[in-house]
Amino acid sequence: MFGYVTRRVLSAIPVALIAVTACFFILRLAPGGPFDGERALPPATLANLRAHYNLDLPLIQQYFIYVSRLLQGDFGPSMVYNDFTVAQMLWIGLPFTLTLGLSAFVIGTLVGLVAGALSAVNQNKWPDYLLVMIVVIGLVVPNFLMAAILQLVFGVYLNWVPAGGWQSGSIPHLVLPITVLVLPHAGRTARLMRGSMIEVLSTNYVRTAKSKGLGQRLILARHAIKPALLPVVSYLGPGLSYLLTGSLVVEQIFALPGIGRYFISAALNRDYGLVLGTTILYMFVILAVNLLVDILYAWLDPKVRYS
Amino acid sequence: MAGITGKDAVLTEYAHRLETLDAPKGRSLTQDAIRRLVRNKAAVLSVFVVGFIIIFAFAGPYFLPWTYDKIDWSGIRKPPNFEAGHYAGTDQNGRDMLARIMQGTQMSLIVAGVATLVSVIIGVIYGAVAGYFGGRVDAVMMRFVDIMYALPYILFVIILVVIFGRNPVLLFVGIGFLEWLTMARIVRGQTMSIKQREFVEAAKAGGAKPWTIIFRHIVPNLTGPVVIYATLTVPEIILTESFLSYLGLGVQEPQTSLGTLISFGAPVAETLPWMLIGPAVVLVSLLLCLTYIGDGLRDALDPKDR
Repeated sequence: MFGYVTRRVLSAIPVALIAVTACFFILRLAPGGPFDGERALPPATLANLRAHYNLDLPLIQQYFIYVSRLLQGDFGPSMVYNDFTVAQMLWIGLPFTLTLGLSAFVIGTLVGLVAGALSAVNQNKWPDYLLVMIVVIGLVVPNFLMAAILQLVFGVYLNWVPAGGWQSGSIPHLVLPITVLVLPHAGRTARLMRGSMIEVLSTNYVRTAKSKGLGQRLILARHAIKPALLPVVSYLGPGLSYLLTGSLVVEQIFALPGIGRYFISAALNRDYGLVLGTTILYMFVILAVNLLVDILYAWLDPKVRYS
Repeated sequence: MAGITGKDAVLTEYAHRLETLDAPKGRSLTQDAIRRLVRNKAAVLSVFVVGFIIIFAFAGPYFLPWTYDKIDWSGIRKPPNFEAGHYAGTDQNGRDMLARIMQGTQMSLIVAGVATLVSVIIGVIYGAVAGYFGGRVDAVMMRFVDIMYALPYILFVIILVVIFGRNPVLLFVGIGFLEWLTMARIVRGQTMSIKQREFVEAAKAGGAKPWTIIFRHIVPNLTGPVVIYATLTVPEIILTESFLSYLGLGVQEPQTSLGTLISFGAPVAETLPWMLIGPAVVLVSLLLCLTYIGDGLRDALDPKDR
């Protein structure tokens, strides 16, 4: 197990490096730059600006400057918001996005697992039908539509919770955005869990456990849960990246000051520093979660550990 | 020649009985699957609803007095009005909502179809190859998928859109090219367990080449997970497309898609509810029915779950 974890952590390093490189060059390949405004700048000013941000150096040299700074935790300057460095902006936005994303991720996964397992155990009985219906609604109603409906119903008509804003992370302000993010994630998790649980419950070893007189709970706890978790665990990585993409929209709709909003405006403005910074941050979060997921997978499935 | 074994006589009689529907006919796997699908009422209903939505989207515009881009100067932001022919009201620019919903549904259906096809083809081949060959090939291929996963793909789409202009066809293919990753992972996982099964070993012993094994023995056994995941991909792609449209990078005015319509309708839902309700109902019922069809197909194709 230790060897596997070490190998996996070591192999994540080149992945991160390649991803940073790819981001850097792909972004520069696209035409247009941060200083293309409505009004063209005088050539001298433009040259000075470009020199200030090192944009006049050969691309490869810029790349090495960027990477060496990045290794020291310096994301460089933002080219549009002159008063901030990218690191400062990310540092401001990150807590919002992390609070939102991670709480939705944890709640959604847990809710999905429980709902999926319950639904599989009660297959084709009313709790199953009810849960499947809720899951399907969570799956098919797109997040921006769900956000609009919830805002309208709970924020405007019933006036139970605020329809948007952050207010230093007060719980009522978080309810709607987190619900919007949780529903699809929980739905997908529950769907996978239900499917794999049903499959596991029909295996021979579960039948053996039943026939030797074990109770339902014991069968679930000892024999069924662990193998049934496998497909769900392998979904967690992609699940998180969907969730983060979703948080871009949710931050926009609920007017939350997270990094998702920087990303969108920065990409449209070609603010190289900020786009790269947000992209790399997202990427590291996703890589870290994928790493954890792989380790979890190896713990659950010995076949993976030894292959 | 005839008559030595009596074969011809037997076959002729069998052919005759086949014609009169009297013989025990063999059933193919597909026929079995269709029979099971037909017994699933939710799935059958969903097929009809999706069929209806497709006809609605593609044939509907011919029966309307207004086209999706025509402006009615006397009817701006008006609720449904049957006399003027605006059966679902008009938007802020005085365009007929029903015509726009039909056009938007068309666009969303085309996007979903093309992009899902592209992503399924790439994902299945990539995943099956990685899973089957295993070892170093697998490690390199899946590392690549990891890297792709770690990049927020919206970046790629933005660059695609900027480089190639706002061409919808390219957008569909682009989305498809970016949505295959999860499919590849799922297929790889399945392939790794399938390749250890006896029938693959038998095929190997029979001297089948790796590619033959992949396409003849492994890929057909992947139908279940592929279908299930493809139905999860369709709504995903419709969502991606609407997300792009939300950013102003997707379908361009005056053309529209369900996502665009909803993103325009949502901010004004309190005062102009018909701008949100129409597209929302179509989108949700479309996605709901696609989900039920997917489930029905899974139950039909993969009887071991039943």
